[in-house]
Amino acid sequence: MTAPATASRGPALRARLGSLALPLFTGLLLLFLFAPIGVMIGFSFNDPAGRQNITWQGFTLRNYVDVWGRSEITNAMTTSLGVATISTIVATTLGTMIGLALTRYEFRGRWIMNLLIFIPMTAPEIILGAALLTLWISFGVERGFMTILAAHVMFNISFVVVTVRARLAGMNRSLEEAGMDLYANGRTTFWKVTFPLIFPGILSAALLAFALSIDDYVITVFSAGRVETFPLWVYGASRLGIPPEVNVLGTLIFLVAFAFIGVQLWAQRRQGRSAGPAPVTLVGR
Amino acid sequence: MRSLRRGLTPLLLLVPGGGWLVAFFVVPMAFMLLISLQQGTFDTGYRLTWNFSIYPEVITQYWELYLRSALYAVITTAITLAVGYPVAYTIAFRGGRLKNALLLIVVLPFFVSFVIRTLNWRMILSDNGMVFGLLKDLGLLEPNFHFLATPASVIFGLTYNFLPFMILPLYVALEKIDRRLIEAATDLYASRAQAFWRVTFVLSLPGVVAGSLLTFIPAVGDFITAEVIGAGNPQVFMVGNIIQRKFLDSLDYPAAAALSFVLVGLVMALVTVYTRSVGSERLAG
Repeated sequence: MTAPATASRGPALRARLGSLALPLFTGLLLLFLFAPIGVMIGFSFNDPAGRQNITWQGFTLRNYVDVWGRSEITNAMTTSLGVATISTIVATTLGTMIGLALTRYEFRGRWIMNLLIFIPMTAPEIILGAALLTLWISFGVERGFMTILAAHVMFNISFVVVTVRARLAGMNRSLEEAGMDLYANGRTTFWKVTFPLIFPGILSAALLAFALSIDDYVITVFSAGRVETFPLWVYGASRLGIPPEVNVLGTLIFLVAFAFIGVQLWAQRRQGRSAGPAPVTLVGR
Repeated sequence: MRSLRRGLTPLLLLVPGGGWLVAFFVVPMAFMLLISLQQGTFDTGYRLTWNFSIYPEVITQYWELYLRSALYAVITTAITLAVGYPVAYTIAFRGGRLKNALLLIVVLPFFVSFVIRTLNWRMILSDNGMVFGLLKDLGLLEPNFHFLATPASVIFGLTYNFLPFMILPLYVALEKIDRRLIEAATDLYASRAQAFWRVTFVLSLPGVVAGSLLTFIPAVGDFITAEVIGAGNPQVFMVGNIIQRKFLDSLDYPAAAALSFVLVGLVMALVTVYTRSVGSERLAG
């Protein structure tokens, strides 16, 4: 290549390389994000010699059968699902009520309520967990399922309020007014007009609450006592190496999330271009 | 009658959820404050003596851990911003019809439990694991090289785990930007770099601030990463590790509670300084 040619072609080539750099970087980062997931899925099929499961020994499907036979795993899973389900229902109900009050009514002391919602969401988790522990200690409350539940509802309420409020704020009030004009009373208008309109927001708030609850380790460890949720069992069982059962269940959870997101994308595509903003609210924090 | 209902309804909507937050967040914080002022031992019992000197005591004993936690969290935030910005930018500006799909792909790995992901990183990055073991076999690394239990490894783990907290708010801010403003800048003979730094970046600052806070706050209080990827090495412990150990292992409640409040103070101070400095920068620019 001669010097003049480089000079004239240089900028164009650089621009083309530049336009490729960003997608390339993004692709590499996505690969990086999936690295531990790939390893997890791979090692869920590993046939380890001892309990260590650090090196690849051979392919087996046995882990996927064995996992259901170990009572401490199924117990931890049952506890986690129970806590997640109940705390989701309670937090979604209470949070939706607060969201409605904050968007639909004028009242004094609104800033206190906003602060009460904002602070738990922004405080480091360890602070929330530690503070709850001091409450249980002070009253001599035995830690277990109920204390975990109280903690999970507490940290979920704020996320529900924020998600539901975003939906309510973006809602067209004239539909409710039309309901009132057509002689529906307040209650009928709420259940026939408002609720169906904000339901997608309530649903994504509930999904977020469930996801946060089932994954929580930090706050839970302070309120758990001897009861083990799934993340607590995983942590305790993996001090030296990761037992294959951990990767099996991680893989199954990943597949559920993958299927769920696949369905969501498919539904969006079917709705076509009216598909609104990205489902960021669903993943939140 | 309508005005009476207006007066009562918001109260009825707010009390259950607000009450839950008061009972399991505000009240526990008050108890943690009281417990920090107690003296005694776990066996003989702790008694409230209004021992305020515990605060200077824990600060002089553990200031290094606070410094280290703040340092690790600041470095983590800077790296997630530097790595996450191009990704959020690419998805927002070049994603086209794949925007939502790409965003969901970014968060998909994070549906697998935090603990499981971190454990798998520990395995990937272990001394003779699939990365460093291979490099050592190829003779590219010293045989006694190790990455786990180093400060870099803890920062690496924090960066991985908090990347989506940075990417999502950045994406939301970038997506909102009116493209005509950037065109206007280039029409007025701004170079592409100038248009980016003086228009796009400035307009995305709310996302930068939100992402930085969402990364910094959980990172500074984290203890799982230092425990797992830091392999429990006290040289890389963050303040969360000490709080967790004092509360759950050595049962030294007053010191643990005082350490928690100092952490709250540190977070509040750093967040205030940061938001102020960004705010004044925006006014000046």
